[in-house]
Amino acid sequence: MYPGRFRYVSPRSIEDALAVLSDAEGEGKVLAGGQSLIPLLKLRFASPSVLVDINNLPGLDHVRMERDGSFRIGALARHAMLERSPDILRHQPTAAAAAPLIADPIVRNRGTLVGSVCHADPQGDWAAVMIAAGGSVVAQGPEGSRTIAVRDFVTGPFQNVLGYDEIAVEAIIPAPTGTVVGGFLKLERRVGDFATAGAAVSLELAGGRVARAGIALTGVGSATIDAADAAGALLNRPLGAESIDRAATLAAEAAQPKSDHRGSADYKRHVVHTFVRRILAGLAEQTERAA
Amino acid sequence: MTQTADPQQQAPAPLDEIKIGGMGASRRRVEDNRFIRGRGNYLDDVVLPGMLHMEVLRSPMAHARIKSIDASKAWEIPGVRLVLTGEALATRNLGWMPTLSYDTQAVLATDKVRFQGQEVAAVIADDPYIAKDAVTAIQVEYEPLPPIVNPEQAQAADAPIIRDDKLGQADNVVFDWQVGDSAGTEQAFAQADVVSHMKLHYPRTHPSPLEACGAIADFDRATGKLTVYLTTQAPHIVRAAVALIAELPEHQIRIISPDLGGGFGNKVPVYPSYVVAIVASILAERPVKWVEDRTGNLISTGFGRDVYLDGQVAMRNDGKILAVKMNTTSDHGAFFADAQPSKFKIGLMHSAFAAYDIPYAHLSARGVYTNKAPGGVAYRCSFRVTEAMFFQERMIQAAADDVGLDQAEFRRRNLVRDDDFPHRTPYGFLTDSGQYAKCLDLALKEIDYEGFLVEQAEARKEGRLLGIGISTMTEPLGAGNSREYDILGIKMFDSAELRVHMTGKAILRTGAKTQGQGHETTWAQIVAHELGLPADDVVVEEGDTDTAPFGMGTYASRSTPVAGAAIAMAARKVKAKARKIAAHLLEVSEEDVEWQLGRFYIRSQPARGVTIQETALAAYSNMPDGLEPGLEASAYYDPPNLTWPFAAYVCTVEIDPDTGVWDVLRFVAVDDCGVRINPLIVEGQIQGGLTEAYAMASMQFITFDADGNCVGSNFMDFLLPTAWETPGWELHEVVTPCPHHPIGAKGVGECATVGGPAAFVNAVVNALSHRGVRNVDMPMLPDRVYEALTTGRDVSGAPPVKTD
Amino acid sequence: MTSLFEEIAESAPDDVPVNRVSVTVNGRRRTADIEPRLLLAHFLRQGLKLTGTHTGCDTTNCGACTVLLDGKAVKSCTVLAVQADGREVTTVEGMAGGSELDPVQEGFKDEHALQCGFCTPGMMLSARALLNENPDPTEDEIRFALSGNLCRCTGYQNIVKAVLWAAAKERGEDPTGAVASYGARQDGVRPPGQNGAQQ
Repeated sequence: MYPGRFRYVSPRSIEDALAVLSDAEGEGKVLAGGQSLIPLLKLRFASPSVLVDINNLPGLDHVRMERDGSFRIGALARHAMLERSPDILRHQPTAAAAAPLIADPIVRNRGTLVGSVCHADPQGDWAAVMIAAGGSVVAQGPEGSRTIAVRDFVTGPFQNVLGYDEIAVEAIIPAPTGTVVGGFLKLERRVGDFATAGAAVSLELAGGRVARAGIALTGVGSATIDAADAAGALLNRPLGAESIDRAATLAAEAAQPKSDHRGSADYKRHVVHTFVRRILAGLAEQTERAA
Repeated sequence: MTQTADPQQQAPAPLDEIKIGGMGASRRRVEDNRFIRGRGNYLDDVVLPGMLHMEVLRSPMAHARIKSIDASKAWEIPGVRLVLTGEALATRNLGWMPTLSYDTQAVLATDKVRFQGQEVAAVIADDPYIAKDAVTAIQVEYEPLPPIVNPEQAQAADAPIIRDDKLGQADNVVFDWQVGDSAGTEQAFAQADVVSHMKLHYPRTHPSPLEACGAIADFDRATGKLTVYLTTQAPHIVRAAVALIAELPEHQIRIISPDLGGGFGNKVPVYPSYVVAIVASILAERPVKWVEDRTGNLISTGFGRDVYLDGQVAMRNDGKILAVKMNTTSDHGAFFADAQPSKFKIGLMHSAFAAYDIPYAHLSARGVYTNKAPGGVAYRCSFRVTEAMFFQERMIQAAADDVGLDQAEFRRRNLVRDDDFPHRTPYGFLTDSGQYAKCLDLALKEIDYEGFLVEQAEARKEGRLLGIGISTMTEPLGAGNSREYDILGIKMFDSAELRVHMTGKAILRTGAKTQGQGHETTWAQIVAHELGLPADDVVVEEGDTDTAPFGMGTYASRSTPVAGAAIAMAARKVKAKARKIAAHLLEVSEEDVEWQLGRFYIRSQPARGVTIQETALAAYSNMPDGLEPGLEASAYYDPPNLTWPFAAYVCTVEIDPDTGVWDVLRFVAVDDCGVRINPLIVEGQIQGGLTEAYAMASMQFITFDADGNCVGSNFMDFLLPTAWETPGWELHEVVTPCPHHPIGAKGVGECATVGGPAAFVNAVVNALSHRGVRNVDMPMLPDRVYEALTTGRDVSGAPPVKTD
Repeated sequence: MTSLFEEIAESAPDDVPVNRVSVTVNGRRRTADIEPRLLLAHFLRQGLKLTGTHTGCDTTNCGACTVLLDGKAVKSCTVLAVQADGREVTTVEGMAGGSELDPVQEGFKDEHALQCGFCTPGMMLSARALLNENPDPTEDEIRFALSGNLCRCTGYQNIVKAVLWAAAKERGEDPTGAVASYGARQDGVRPPGQNGAQQ
């Protein structure tokens, strides 16, 4: 309940923030929403020597759809902003489905999508959404900025590729080439629970076929799983019963769940299969109705 | 004065009892005035000058010898005032303390730790942040021992002895106990046409009030008085216990129980950290505050349940139950610390089947030690009646299925009839009153039982799984009469003191202790009912042992039955004295005085009377000769019997066959708790109790892995339902007054938690019955339901939890 | 400080990090030198003696500590007090304007939406935040908005009624009428996507 001691700074410019992190040589931590970091501090599972609060940095609190249909989500965009964004609701159904399921409504007022992706909790939700959507993270460091695909960004449980002197400033969902459809299903025991198993599906349809597909899984591995083979099974053909079945089977095979108090590995694998099939079947039906 | 010589004058209109906040009024709560303003006075809100803060070091090991404790780094931290270990307490003979069940319990571990989370050391510092820094700096060397996480392991031939501190303890058995007619039961079973068998586990769960436990111990050397602010539902019991344990004189101990953020039985035991805080205060000569965190609360304080059932029902082919046999094994953790009447080792487990007309029954119960926190009797359980009624309704469900009868019809054929009271239950209780069939029929009508069965059959054709579950309960509330009930030898009566001031306002004090039940509101309603004083004119106080008359506390739904009765009796004594004063004021003899609510009048001249307020003023200013001034009385109430409310609950569910997730469609509750003092508050208790039932049925439990690690020691894994999951509750009432209670009331606070869980389980099992499944242990998590559905086998939830 | 008679705290040793914060709490600006590890909940409770905000867990689940930070509901146990620097905090003590109660507070009392009262301040502030954004919420919207606040006593049903009551009163309608037509929830609907429910 009571964190250990640390220093705290709240810089007004990104350069100042980067300088402090650099000086701390790995003993510093970035504080944005704090809804993952502060609980760790209270349990004393993390003991940084300095916290760099980025909440006062300008220009980071946007959820913006660009003219080409891509999305730029700033490091201070709260989950609640995504939940309420009309553009997200209309144009990014996977994110729209996931947003109301993150934690609980109060935590959503503080926590951020970028922070959640950086935290890389294997049971977290946003990383799966971003991998399915083909998203990336923009990191700024002393050498400048670089863009990293989210599927390459998370490397293990609570591990990402950022250097200790880098700050993730933005998440990007790329411009679509077709009609974006998608869904997100999460098995949680109650609101606020982490996922027992969850599936994010994001597709782009063009000319009656699946032009792009992304499927990612949460809660069933030591990191978010990019079910690329499952997504591949949907490509370049219409969404039909056969490809849906194949995708669901491959997604279940991609899962690497462990048995624990939330259920057996077999059960979790089955939930993945069920969710992927359900999402895809729903999308197929939705597409048919629209046609 | 309303005396007048004119006999033609009309008597004033009688008081409207509802308007003055009497019985049956849904009076809005007095305590809300401070709570909605954030002006409650909970334990952590109390600040005393010079106060220090205590933090506890807890064992990460479930079972281990302590090789060494090095607190040197803790002492070095600025702001640390005191570090206590078991050794330091042992030199004062306080390393161990007696429990409420005649066992002993470690205060701070000395030789071994016996459960994960056990208290090992304590730091007292200037603020809790520093105290936590210091606790983190204490180094303990442990030598692991094999952990025991279930009764099977506890009773294995090669099991390590957990309580090797006890002389003569050769195994891990706490007790063997039995009740009932063994011979008669065996004979009945021999004659049965059908014997139904049910085995299940009622998992460990926890009351988890939103406010955890805490204490502020303040020993004042100048006066020799120890004041302890304490989260306790039973301040007088604690005063007696502290007097025993700390060997301080009882009149120099003051326990103050402030506003409590929930209790549910969690705040009845005397916890080791309370004792440590007291010792620390004596040593530091300053107040010491200990506020527990949620993890400490879940991992170390009084849990509820954790009982295994092996039950059998013997029946005739027409469904008449001839006898029941129950074999229970209870997991008590590392110390036998249950708070329950001392005669009954397994609480009131033998209240099972009290509502059914069954001639013979036998219960044998074994308790075992395991490497877990001590407890078992808590969480709205009425002394394990939660287990009794859950086992009963699960056995009844299986029995009905086994004999091929409809669930409702089977119950109808076996429920005690209205004309059969007082009724002797198969285990020897005497139930006082009830209209069981009426309650059941009302519940079935409201949920449209017949209609649902049709809907269920139709749905099954489409592959949809609907289920309906019935649960009934009755329970002995109001422990208890002095012949049979005591805790540590202290009899379980309650008392009340009522003093009426000269302006007709009053103060009422009782030995009960509200934790949200609304005593400040409802007790005044009893006085309004008895005396016609508006409830708003009566202030109610509880919780300070220096001023509160003796009581055994509030738990097991005993307060309306016992303290409520004491209040009524005290009010009647006041009325008796007021009658004498009235006679004096009206200048007639007492036999000529009549009473209507709030007013005495002359029988032959109803227009001539005096109000109760006028008699109060006279008690201070115009006393009759020979009568003491003042208008007050106290009453001690030793209940002649327990009260027996009844409830019938029916639940409908739908299961998602692809995931095992189930949702409640409807829940109908019919409660008969006798006369309801405040209907709004009674309904609130039932809604809260049903929610706890739902919690246990769907998501809430504590379990352990094979290493003895506790799973469910924080709110990430010990799950309370939110407003989103919690179903809506459709409440109905039947009123069968209690024949022996002064105001006809029965207890109700725990009924829904007692009877609720089986309704959910019976509904889900009913939805799975086509697969031959007879049981899924609570909580019926999706993976368990899915397993039952796909394998057709019963699913156990007993520890250790399976991990890869 | 406004009073010369305030107790002056002992100074921290030099190696202890200290930050100055200035927070407006219930309309009053409060300035202090504090350690950055001090949680906002403790700053309010111990530092400002505003004990209406409670702490009920240690894993950011229960919501008993909910306050409004710049008008948004936050769990004050999971915000550092230093993060409130320059910002506005509303606690339960700031809900009533003078002697008049906020309709949410009135509704909670009228509908028996509290028993032990421990979750109540946080629950009411979440409800207040909901009504600020949505003056005519449905039952589902209320339950969803309050799903970050745990209550152990009431079972939530009366809390829903209390919020309906308050919303009606604030819209100028008869609050008892709004509640009289309330029926207990009779289905198992969940938010789309949770636990595999069809979207």
